Amino acid sequence: MSDAHSGSGDNPVAGSDRGVTRAEYCAIACADIFRGNGEVMASAFGTAPAIGARLAKSTFSPDLVLTDGDAALVAGAPPLESPGTAMVLESHMPYRKVFDVVWSGRRNLIMMASQIDREGNQNISAIGDWGSPTAQLIGVRGAPGNTVNHSTSYWIPRHSTRSFVEHVDVVSGVGYARAASAGPSATRFHEIHRVVSDLGVFDFEAPGHVMRVRSVHPGVTVDDVRAATGFELAVPDRVPQTREPSPEELQLIREVLDPRGLRDREVKA
Amino acid sequence: MADKRMTLDELVGELRSGMTIGIGGWGSRRKPMAVVRALLRSDLRDLTVVSYGGPDVGLLCAAGKVRKAVYPFVTLDSIPIDPHFKAARQAGAVEAMEVDEGMFYLGLLAASHRLPFLPTRAGLGSDVLRINPSLRLVTSPYEDGEELVAMPALRLDAAVVHVNRADAAGSGQILGPDPFFDELFLGAADRRFATTERLVATEQFSAEGAIQTLCISRLLTDGVVETPGGAHFTACVPDYPRDEAFQKAYVEAAGDPDGWAAFRQRYLDVDEQAYQAQLGASRAVPSSPVAGAGAGASAGPSSGGAR
Repeated sequence: MSDAHSGSGDNPVAGSDRGVTRAEYCAIACADIFRGNGEVMASAFGTAPAIGARLAKSTFSPDLVLTDGDAALVAGAPPLESPGTAMVLESHMPYRKVFDVVWSGRRNLIMMASQIDREGNQNISAIGDWGSPTAQLIGVRGAPGNTVNHSTSYWIPRHSTRSFVEHVDVVSGVGYARAASAGPSATRFHEIHRVVSDLGVFDFEAPGHVMRVRSVHPGVTVDDVRAATGFELAVPDRVPQTREPSPEELQLIREVLDPRGLRDREVKA
Repeated sequence: MADKRMTLDELVGELRSGMTIGIGGWGSRRKPMAVVRALLRSDLRDLTVVSYGGPDVGLLCAAGKVRKAVYPFVTLDSIPIDPHFKAARQAGAVEAMEVDEGMFYLGLLAASHRLPFLPTRAGLGSDVLRINPSLRLVTSPYEDGEELVAMPALRLDAAVVHVNRADAAGSGQILGPDPFFDELFLGAADRRFATTERLVATEQFSAEGAIQTLCISRLLTDGVVETPGGAHFTACVPDYPRDEAFQKAYVEAAGDPDGWAAFRQRYLDVDEQAYQAQLGASRAVPSSPVAGAGAGASAGPSSGGAR
């Protein structure tokens, strides 16, 4: 892989020849989150994660369990937004049973975040002071329970200093330092695996479990990422580029999983 | 068997200001909206509303009925945030107990089982404990010694749910793919009410759906009200989907005082019959009974997917 510090354009696999879009790199990065997963329920919020989970199941993680977005588990990897296409249902999964799955740990999740910070805390609850917030968001939802029960990753389609902040305002999803200070019951099943944004891929494998640049998408430099981030990222000496999709993966994304190109509405080409 | 049929007005007459009221459904799905609309017309106030929140919470906040909201989220599903709830929170107009979705479930379960709390990992390390300083931890008495959140019982003075079919004795049938937590709302409450798209003879249930759809037993209800279209504008599949156009109009109206006044005058300052009449014949009319329609097996890729 090429070194992103030296800028773009020297990628040996020449993604531009195939016109690989930024959204497609995001989908590939999301798919890789499910690599090596066996029979776990993949829950994926957002378009790139939804493509990613389907792509992983269609290729390297065939045992993944997908949901229909309602109250069922589905066979195969149905295309995004394909009304009229009959889905083959495997099992009933109403919300009450979702908690059995969450609390058993047999789940891998990509959630979104209004704010995320250096330690992997996520906020979807409120911006500003809790008592009278400047912006009430959707609420903590299942984020507190998800993050202390099974591996969780985040998808942030617009990387900016508004979304990547020094400290989130309301800790909804639990990051590393907060889990550690809450004790062994909080850390026992806790893992913040990856953060994927429209600029790159991040992990928490730096000393102290702080956010580290894992790869940048082709066309993005580490300086671009730094400028769009509201805290100091850990940056290794060499930052690789996000991997190229294989021809098979690209064909699956474009022709099978997202033929209507919903991905380009979420992340502009 | 006791005949539990009552009117919407009789149901609301059983409620009092200051009560803690649980509302079934989830987000903008199968909400007992006819009761919410009746509450808006009533002089009840200072309510504590316990809900997997949708437009029920938003509307009650807009009308100044809510002292406190207990919820894990408030959302319209296809539109992420309810504008009235957002405005009420940002004005500091309502007290809020915001907890994890699973904690909320366990709170209802604990109340249903007459327990003081149930332990859970959910909440540990998060700001749910900071913003709800009354929450306590509990240490396992066994060798593991795990320290967990003790989710307190969410005891309700009253609960209201909306189901597809019910009989006069108060058994309820949910024909959609997800029964949500309606059973637990009823179990957690002192006064328990179900509204229904259609009252049917008990003998009719088995023609409407498989045994698993009969998930509200009459052990859990004190009163039942027939309210055709009673979940409008939220989804009540398979009888009708969410009325997305109406929901959009609700959100847009909330954006300016004149728009909201007009919306309120047209849809909320009128009784349920007039509300339904305005929607026209095409909406909110239960489908004719089809054997097996309720097995949930035909659930499509609807509703935008919290999963």
